[in-house]
Amino acid sequence: MKNIKYLALGVLFGIILTKSEVISWFRIQEMFRFQALHMYGVIGSAIVVGLVSIQLIKRNRLKTINGEEIVLADKKYTHGTWIGGIIFGLGWALTGACPGPLFAQLGSGVAAAAVMILAALAGTWTYSALREKLPM
Amino acid sequence: MTDLLQQSWAWYVAGPLIGLTVPALLLIGNKALGISSSLRHVCAACLPAGIPFLTYDWRKESWNLWFVLGIGIGGFIGYQVMGHPDTIAISAETVRDLKTQMGLTDFSGLLPKELFALENLANWKGWVFMVLGGFLVGFGTRYAGGCTSGHAISGLSNLQWVSLVAVIGFFAGGLLLTWVIYPLLF
Repeated sequence: MKNIKYLALGVLFGIILTKSEVISWFRIQEMFRFQALHMYGVIGSAIVVGLVSIQLIKRNRLKTINGEEIVLADKKYTHGTWIGGIIFGLGWALTGACPGPLFAQLGSGVAAAAVMILAALAGTWTYSALREKLPM
Repeated sequence: MTDLLQQSWAWYVAGPLIGLTVPALLLIGNKALGISSSLRHVCAACLPAGIPFLTYDWRKESWNLWFVLGIGIGGFIGYQVMGHPDTIAISAETVRDLKTQMGLTDFSGLLPKELFALENLANWKGWVFMVLGGFLVGFGTRYAGGCTSGHAISGLSNLQWVSLVAVIGFFAGGLLLTWVIYPLLF
């Protein structure tokens, strides 16, 4: 059961997303309308803490708990980076949720989240089918 | 104590905890934080249909599905077990704008029922907000190679310029929808 640790971390992650209300459509609207610091504070401070942590891992050459070298893959640029980014942004403002919050919403009891997850799966599947025809 | 569990967490508590998820995943298993990939794995597991992009051993990435299952359980614990306020305390300006511009009146819950109640699937609102919105999230994140977790948090934490391009795209799309398309729809 090597996956239990990921399940446990996911539970904590889901609790944090829920308690900080970043899974709320209202909070996402507040963000896109620049009417509160909340979302910017959450995302910004998460990046700062992530950045410092990664630097500490790199500088001290920390290994995983199993003693493996930690590998950080570079992200590759394609035209999809910005085209897909904008498409996701449109969806983010409509649903008020990115993929993580959709799963947390479903757990919290929002029925609409089931519809949105199914639609997101259809979107991912459609992208996969059309991939070769899209600008890259 | 009940209040502490029930009330919402400030950004300076939640943000750093989300940030710590990045090193936690690296240290426990060399995994990069990213959630939208789970959608691809589900497609690959359920309906690969001979599509090359969906033909791979998704079982090797099953940690991601366990993580996402955890997020769902966390949503249940964080909302139903720990409790929650009836109405999210968003800024008065946002409430005013959503009332006057979009005609919303019910601000209870996580999402406005006037747009996201399942009955809305009988009219355009449900299809635009739930179905089209969800579709764009699934299509766009995979095309961009990540979402808020994979690009904004994990990618920017690792100083990936590609992620900065993606995040600028996320906000460009979100702002376009909020400031240009919403006023046309309502």
